[in-house]
Amino acid sequence: MSLLEIKNLRAKVDGNEILKGVNLALDAGEVHSIMGPNGSGKSTLAQVLARRETYEITGGEVLLNGKDLLAMKPEEAACEGLFLAFQYPVEIPGVSNAYFLRSALNAIRKYRGLEEMDAMDFLPKLREKMKLLEMDEKFLNRSVNESFSGGEKKRNEILQMEILEPSVAILDETDSGLDIDALKIVAKGVNAMRSPERAMLVVTHYQRLLDYIVPDKVHVLVDGRIVRSGGPELALELEAKGYAAGAA
Amino acid sequence: MSSNTDATIRELAQQEYKWGFVTDIGEDRAPKGLNEEIIRFISAKKNEPEFMLEWRLKAYRHWESLEKSQAEPKWANIHYAPINYQDISYYSAPKQKPNLKSLDELDPEILRTYEKLGIPLAEQKMLAGVAVDAVFDSVSVGTTFKAKLAEAGVIFCSFSEAVKEHPELVKKYLGTVVPYTDNFFAALNAAVFSDGSFVYVPKGVKCPMELSTYFRINAAETGQFERTLIVADERASVSYLEGCTAPIRDENQLHAAVVELIAMDDAQIKYSTVQNWYPGDKNGKGGIYNFVTKRGACRGKNSKISWTQVETGSAITWKYPSCILQGENSVGEFYSVALANNYQQADTGTKMIHIGKNTRSTIVSKGISAGHGQNTYRGQVKIMKDATGARNYTQCDSLLIGDKCGAHTFPYIEVKNSTARMEHEASTSKIGEDQMFYLRQRGLKTEDAVSMIVNGFCKRVFRELPMEFAVEAQKLLSVSLEGSVG
Repeated sequence: MSLLEIKNLRAKVDGNEILKGVNLALDAGEVHSIMGPNGSGKSTLAQVLARRETYEITGGEVLLNGKDLLAMKPEEAACEGLFLAFQYPVEIPGVSNAYFLRSALNAIRKYRGLEEMDAMDFLPKLREKMKLLEMDEKFLNRSVNESFSGGEKKRNEILQMEILEPSVAILDETDSGLDIDALKIVAKGVNAMRSPERAMLVVTHYQRLLDYIVPDKVHVLVDGRIVRSGGPELALELEAKGYAAGAA
Repeated sequence: MSSNTDATIRELAQQEYKWGFVTDIGEDRAPKGLNEEIIRFISAKKNEPEFMLEWRLKAYRHWESLEKSQAEPKWANIHYAPINYQDISYYSAPKQKPNLKSLDELDPEILRTYEKLGIPLAEQKMLAGVAVDAVFDSVSVGTTFKAKLAEAGVIFCSFSEAVKEHPELVKKYLGTVVPYTDNFFAALNAAVFSDGSFVYVPKGVKCPMELSTYFRINAAETGQFERTLIVADERASVSYLEGCTAPIRDENQLHAAVVELIAMDDAQIKYSTVQNWYPGDKNGKGGIYNFVTKRGACRGKNSKISWTQVETGSAITWKYPSCILQGENSVGEFYSVALANNYQQADTGTKMIHIGKNTRSTIVSKGISAGHGQNTYRGQVKIMKDATGARNYTQCDSLLIGDKCGAHTFPYIEVKNSTARMEHEASTSKIGEDQMFYLRQRGLKTEDAVSMIVNGFCKRVFRELPMEFAVEAQKLLSVSLEGSVG
């Protein structure tokens, strides 16, 4: 059984159909990449899978660990192990990063019947992961994403992923706005999360990220459908030929 | 009781009133209506000394003249049906006996709210008027508390008691910060005030514990027209907590309290309020009108008065806890969270009047509007001619939840001294769908997400509350906002 199975997924937003029948199967231990031109529906796919309510499902089925994902609310999908690293992480003023993360972790732990983690146990774990992502300790008490640079926001997304330990992680254009150094740090974090129990979907525009996070499979999304799939070399072919020719 | 008072009471008890009825002094409730006889009735019931009755009568006559000339203030951004002042009973005896045998007799909705707010069982019983059992003896708790205060020389009693036991203090300070001529509702309050707190902290004494209305023995009663007077003499300090998070219902709709604070040289008073009176139902029917006059006089050099309020209840909240910064280097602070949900209306803020030299004021106002609520911040910062070196920092932020509520701000700044430094920041924001989605995608339920965002918004104010109040206030805000999003 695949960890994530997408069958004929159709979705629209603001009255426009964006996803027109997406098919994809993601097995545990795998990292797949979705590439495509602007407007192809990459971000829509990510948001729909994360269950954003502004998107309307018009057809198809998605199974997360065998369970009906489309019947879940965003928080349920999260508790069932789905994580979305946002392309544009939003700010939450007045809520510290440490407090927010611990609350999220405990919400998920509670759902799974685990005991909540108190600050004494949580903070050392958080600090350890922050060090690996080269994030300053000062960040702990700052409000979520407030006054963060683009790079800091993306690293914060990866930090959250490391703490929440999802089964399926969707990274929506995690590389956008990053310089090469930040990119390497983020990639290091993502690669450290690879595991036989986990699957990842890396949504990206450019091939460059895939030099650092080498995917098992690459899919090309054009006009709301996956038109071609292949191994990591497909990404290089797209870079050389462009989407129009490469998608053929 | 002196024979003089006995005679007066007997006389009054037998009096026939102008309007043709005789009020039996043994009654627990005065007949509806407001007139001089009712004032005398109230004063007699409370066994007040002559000076108190005289003050009440002067206030009543003043109020009557205002009422006749239709001077009831109408400038606030609130709407309510005209109040019929003759259709209110202005006196009801304090409850002596508990009226419920157990909490099982209490409205389950109220019980559920107590649970959500985390109110300890014994406190729930006290609030509900259930007989307090042997396990928690409120009288002995109160006694220990009083003993400690007596040791320190702090006077903390009900206002009614103070009028009788400490008339010199009451005479000296009453009405010196909020005279009965101050405004329409202050005049009304001065005429018919029921009870409240009286605190006097002697020179050099730091009150050994936080004073709370909860610890006045007859505390469980909500005053319709509460009168509170707190005096901190030179180098004294006190922290006072008013109210509680438990929702309180009252058949009396109009609540017009007056609170006067006086701080002498190097003295400090911290006054914290958590108010959750019945806000009316989801359609805006019923609910309490909370029209309050609260003012602190920083009379002494280096004195400080801080107001912190969390107002989540009442159908209409109309109040401006203010500071008169007379003493040199005196400091005034106002921290407020006001919520208007469903059909609630709030017109609240503060006035900081800078009179002495090098005075400082800080205003942090957080208004939250949800449902069809209308929230108005009204603030006045006045720098008088001789207030050299005055400084003010004002931050007023509004948070809108949903698209049917409103937030309004009316900041008034009047500066008559060119050395003054003023800072004013304001923001209006709403809880975005993107913020909600972000938090939910991390596993948080909708209510918890709203709670987190709102508490983040209010953090700056909650920080100023005494610890236990802060925790309660956070829970209260969450409970009050249930169902407002999603």
